[in-house]
Order: sequence, then structure tokens, then C-alpha cells
Amino acid sequence: MKILVAVKRVIDFNVRVRVLPDGSGVETDNVKMSMNPFDEIAVEEAIRLKEAGTAAEVVAVSIGPARCQETIRTALAFGCDRGIHVETDQPPEPLAVAKLLAGVVAVENPSLVILGKQAIDDDSNQTGQMLAALLGWPQGTFASELVIGDGAFDVTREIDGGLETISINAPAVVTTDLRLNEPRYPSLPGIMKAKRKPIEARTPADYGVDVAPRLETVSVAEPPPRPPGRMLDSAAELVHILREEKGIL
Amino acid sequence: MAVLVIAETDGANLPRGTLATVTAALALDSEVDVLVLDENADAAAAAASGIVGVRSVIKAGGPGLAGGLAENLTPAVVEAAAGYGHLLAPAGTWGKNLMPRVAASMDVQQISDITEVIDAETFVRPIYAGNALATVRSRDPVKIITVRGTAFAVAEAPGGSASVTDGPEVAAHDSARFVSRELSQSDRPELAGARIVISGGRGMGSGENFELLDRLADKLGAAVGASRAAVDAGYVPNDFQVGQTGKVVAPELYIAVGISGAIQHLAGMKDSKVIVAINKDQEAPIFQVADYGLVGDLFKIVPEIVDAL
Repeated sequence: MKILVAVKRVIDFNVRVRVLPDGSGVETDNVKMSMNPFDEIAVEEAIRLKEAGTAAEVVAVSIGPARCQETIRTALAFGCDRGIHVETDQPPEPLAVAKLLAGVVAVENPSLVILGKQAIDDDSNQTGQMLAALLGWPQGTFASELVIGDGAFDVTREIDGGLETISINAPAVVTTDLRLNEPRYPSLPGIMKAKRKPIEARTPADYGVDVAPRLETVSVAEPPPRPPGRMLDSAAELVHILREEKGIL
Repeated sequence: MAVLVIAETDGANLPRGTLATVTAALALDSEVDVLVLDENADAAAAAASGIVGVRSVIKAGGPGLAGGLAENLTPAVVEAAAGYGHLLAPAGTWGKNLMPRVAASMDVQQISDITEVIDAETFVRPIYAGNALATVRSRDPVKIITVRGTAFAVAEAPGGSASVTDGPEVAAHDSARFVSRELSQSDRPELAGARIVISGGRGMGSGENFELLDRLADKLGAAVGASRAAVDAGYVPNDFQVGQTGKVVAPELYIAVGISGAIQHLAGMKDSKVIVAINKDQEAPIFQVADYGLVGDLFKIVPEIVDAL
């Protein structure tokens, strides 16, 4: 079985994001960038399936500016076999990403595509579902467990009220939730080996995809600040305020 | 053009998110129809027809409704969407699973998790865990949108009297099969709709210690939530998670216990009306968003609150 994983380069989850003074976006110069945490979970799951002998090859794809190659190298250091970089000036919107991934799938013919359920920059939570729609494949979104069966995958999904299990035929798209696994740290030998693994360079034109945005960002603003709070001395004082001043209790 | 709300329903129960989505829809146009895709079609359609402001309810039928799989529902939504300018669904896991599949099928770039309607094509949505608010304008002929339930008031129900018409027939495809659902059993209110939410973090130390919060929740009629750190540590299941990648809540009172206040957590609760933080570390970032703070040992303070009630 061949597995394709999609990885996005995003502002590191520990960075305090700052809105640019002109309201055109957020500060990305000299800001630490990392692989989207949910995509790390996707890579880890694929590598575990390879180590278990279930997957024969794992291919990592990233879409965006030249430096996305660093993110692909990270995936290769985890243990992915090779990379594909579809270069664009800006990170495209989810629909365009899904179209490009569908183009990659048409060439690579994987049995399974694993993606993070959402990227922590635009928080859209769309790409996996869109890819499944474009391919006409079933989808197992927000997965907390993935069991590989004979021509089918059993996916346990995190839903608002608890958990749900579905069975989907291969080929399929799976998106990861946080309890699917705990990603490893790439090993030093893994990092060394990653340097020699091939990364194919592609462009949207190779797949005949128009990546022009459909959404125009009118402005980006800081959320309104909350008024400063008060430190209290005792539980009794808290109960008094909530009951008498706020009328909540 | 009229607006179609793709309703998440639970038989006769209308989730808060669906009622909030109707409010967002009414901000776009006075002609709002609701598509119901429920196995228990008659009960769900009857409940939806009682939402004040709704013009008509379209009731889907057929074997593909069982299990609510996106693979089966998508063609029915696309069929029902003809003639509408906007499709809106609540941004819970149900809508998040379904709507992008619909959007890609219609070649539309979805707008996720909106918190404000500016005009028929312009919307505000949080990005970067709510650290920034983006105002975006869609160039697509049809707008496909998911709505953050806490950002809109709930539409009134019952009281409305929308007509009910039969809608698309949902076929069951064999590429995806529903197996089972395990819903968390609790007598407490649901996190998303609760008036008071008490959440625990890594500072709770163990899953057993969440019993402390249960006792306080029982006294207050509150829901219990958790930070991602507490979920990661295995103290509680993921459906407790409040934050960027979990649930977004905005109750009247949010009590954060042993939660440091990572950006990812604040994203899910900072629009609460009153925030109380209890933490032993007075430098914890949670105190920057809290209205009231108590610095000290949560194992001492929480029982004191219970006793003072």
C-alpha cells in the first residue's frame, strides 16, 4: 500500500502571532515556522503503518513557497520515503490545495491519503474533505483511531458528543485528530538520511490547477482586548462577587 | 437571494448551533429555508418548522440518512442548494465534516467558522486560534459558510410555523458504512450550550481529581470541560476539550481550574462573559484574560467554593 501525506508549513504553535499595523495580515518575517501539528500526526501515522509492514511507501507533499521544502525534509526525517513540492508564491486556499493534491493522487495512485484535520494558521478544517469530494473517495475525518482491514479502513472519529466508528473502502482520505498518536522526534540518523532523499519539484501548471484566491482578505485585525481583571483573596470573596455583583449564581 | 440552512438536528432536539445558524442566515436575507437531513425525519422537520423566522423546511428522506455520512448527504445537499445564494451550517463536527465536501462538489471556497456577517459577501472569521480576526469577501457565486454558534444569538423556537415540503431522496452508497456511535453519558448540560462551564487543566494532576470539578459543577448546574493539556495527559476524553482544536464556548461564567492559559485554550473560551481563573502560578497567562483570579492550591480553593455556595 502506498500512502500520501500532506504537510503544511505554518507559524510555530508556540509563537505569539502579531497582526501587521496596516491590517494586511500577520507578521511572518523572522518568525519560527514549523510543520502543522496535525500534519505531524498524519506523518507519524503513515510511518507507523510503514514500520508495521502495512505501507510499502510513504510520500510527503507540501504546497506553497520555496521554504516548504524544509517542511518536506522534516517529513523525510520522520521516515517518509520521498517528497513532492508544488511551488506557489503564497499558500493557496483549501480548495486549490485540494485540487493540487487530487492532481498528485492521479499520478501517484495511493490507497490512502492522510492529512491533518486543520492547519493552525487559517483554522479552516476543509482540505481533506474537499480532496475526498474531488476524488469521489470516502472520508474518515477527525480520526482518533485507524485500523487497516482488507480493502477497507475502520476509522474512529472524534465527534462533538463522543466517538463514532465508520468503515470506509480503500482508497480513502483520513484526517487526523490529536489523540490518533503522539508524534516522535526525528532521529539524527533520520535527519541525515533525509538530506539524500529526493524531492520532486512541481508547479500548479503541471496539474492544470488555477490557484487564484476566491476569497479577498479585506482586513486583519486584533480581537478586542478584555478589560483588566482583579485578583481576589478568597473563595468566599469570589462567591460573593459572582452572586451579589454579577448575579450569576 | 434566499438562504438555505443545512441543519444539524437530533430528532426533535434542535442543537444550539443550528438555532444560532438561523440567526446568522436571517442577518443575510429574510427568506431562510432549512434543510433537514435526519433519520428521524418527521420529528426533526416538525422541530425545525417551529424556528421563528424560517420560511420553509425541506425534509430529506431515504436510506442514506442513517448514520449521517457525508458521502451520502453531500449529493442531497447539492441537489437542494439549487437557487440559493448562501448555504449555512453550524461549525460543529457535523458541519465541519459535511460542508467542505459540499463546497468542493460545487467548486466553492468555503468560509469556515464565521463570527460576524458584514454584508452578503463579506464575513469576519477568527484565524490563528482567534489571535486575529480576518474580514474576507467571497468572489464565489454561491457562498458556503459554517457559523460559530457562540457568536450569534439563538433563534427562537418553538413559535414559528414554517411549511414542510419533501426534499431530496438520500441514497446509501457502499463506500462508507456507519458502524457505531459512543456518546458520552452525562446528566450535565452540553458544553456548547451551558450557562456555566468549569474546565480543568494539567494542574488537576489526574483524571480522578476531575471529581472535584464534578462536585462544583453539580452545585452550579455547570458543564465540565478541559484544556488540551488535560486531554493529552489522558485525564479526560477529547470531547471535553475547549480550545482551537476542540469546542468553542462562550458561557456566562467560565471557571478555569489549573489551566495555564495556552493560546490554543484561550481561543476556545475568551469570549465568555465572566472568566474566573484558579491557578497556583500567579504568572500564568490565564490571568491576563480572567476577570477574577485566585492564586493558590486548587485542591484547597475548589472545595472552599463548594462550601461557600
